[in-house]
Amino acid sequence: MLDKLEIYLSLSFVQHALIVGVLIALCSSLLGVTLVLKRFSFIGDGLSHVAFGATCVAAVTGLTNNMLLVLPVTILSAILLLRSGEKAKIKGDAAIAMISVGALAFGYLIMNVFPLSSSNVSGDVCTTLFGSASILTLEASTVWLCVILSVIVVVVFILFYNKIFAITFDENFAISAGTKVERYNLLLSVIIAVIIVLAMNLVGSLLISALVIFPALSAMRIFKSFKSVTIFSAIFSVICALLGMLISILVGTPVGSTIVAADVVAFIICYLIGEITGGIGK
Amino acid sequence: MSLLAVKDLSLGYDSHAIVENLNFQVEKGDYLCIVGENGSGKSTLMKTLLRLQSPIKGEILKGDGLSANDIGYLPQQTVVQKDFPASVREIVLSGFQGKMGLRPFYSKEEKKRAEESMEKMGITHLSDKCYRELSGGQQQRVLLARALLAARQVMLLDEPVSGLDPKVTSEMYDLIESLNKEGMTIIMISHDIAAAIKYSSHILHIGSKIFFGTKDEYIKSDIGRAFLSMEGGKEDA
Repeated sequence: MLDKLEIYLSLSFVQHALIVGVLIALCSSLLGVTLVLKRFSFIGDGLSHVAFGATCVAAVTGLTNNMLLVLPVTILSAILLLRSGEKAKIKGDAAIAMISVGALAFGYLIMNVFPLSSSNVSGDVCTTLFGSASILTLEASTVWLCVILSVIVVVVFILFYNKIFAITFDENFAISAGTKVERYNLLLSVIIAVIIVLAMNLVGSLLISALVIFPALSAMRIFKSFKSVTIFSAIFSVICALLGMLISILVGTPVGSTIVAADVVAFIICYLIGEITGGIGK
Repeated sequence: MSLLAVKDLSLGYDSHAIVENLNFQVEKGDYLCIVGENGSGKSTLMKTLLRLQSPIKGEILKGDGLSANDIGYLPQQTVVQKDFPASVREIVLSGFQGKMGLRPFYSKEEKKRAEESMEKMGITHLSDKCYRELSGGQQQRVLLARALLAARQVMLLDEPVSGLDPKVTSEMYDLIESLNKEGMTIIMISHDIAAAIKYSSHILHIGSKIFFGTKDEYIKSDIGRAFLSMEGGKEDA
């Protein structure tokens, strides 16, 4: 078993997959805490369906680099969804559900109406929804793009950490104290959209919420300050992603669902630890 | 000039006015209680004062070098906060956010002032505790400590004692009174008319009729007498 692992790890495409997987897991977990607390757990799901719809459009219209379409469309949807809650005419969960299923339906519809000559529709759709083996066939340029975007996300998160805390805990107080809440919400939306688009390669658009919510929920079972929850969820997410990818490489299971399964098991463990110890103060 | 002057203010949602032609002034060191029935627009007035929503008509003038960043706010608790993992210290420190601009981290000076604010509110021993595990009164003290860091001159409080037991309620009132004595201007929404009469210097009554004046004027006025006997009757029942 270990020999087999060693051989795999020496392959560059496996190394690429591991790097990208870990970075995506890290980024999505950082924002997960905020999203869960703001009651936006399903935004990952909603946005990834939008990204799916955009991917379908890109595929049908024959865009070679589909990022050019997918990223702006997803960012725009994120901004619409996260716009300060009170002003929206359709409230958070309903808005997400609406955009999510709408984009999913249109994406699938377009794929069927304009089938691409070279491929089978259900196969394509299935890989986009549940994550594909494409994580194992990454080109160097994609890996670099992912590394750069991840570094940006982490740096921005650290620089704005205290502000993100303030607007998550009490938006009204932050506005009254003169914080530019709208601006930071906009920043959050853009970052979230970027992460979702990146993460689609890893787990596919149906399972993306798992990367966002499981680390945060698990950390909240055990830890009680915002800082410790954030740090633990980052570690949790990275470990689960690594485990999931290694298992899937060794056993040959689908990458995305294996990672999510690892998240679920780890969540149950954290839940039990939280119940037994009553949580850890710091 | 007054610290805060409200002129011909109309407020409400989506151009539907709840309160019209509101006029009052707040001077430095005042203790103003805003009273009135449920739905009379008390919270809307406070949100408008805080610029959380814009007025339909009229204006709010700030004098004496009062800037928006000098106003502290003790909001009602939100659902999100009920299961929010945050330590007391983290929450109190976030009171500085409005003053920080783009600076990412808190300075030593700010951390020191946060400690002082917690000490003043008597919550230093709780500083590493988790907010959601505190009692209602302790949570209010945490939010007050946070508001103190944002407030230099004015503190707005939205029903600070709702849901607290009588002992904690009177402790909370004493705390607010001591802030007022130190020179902090207090503007408070209150359901508790007895306490409003006891502690405040001025009363603003909003509803179908509007009254603004000192506490003594209010007690003698028709609207004041009517409201007092009604609310007093409720408490006896």
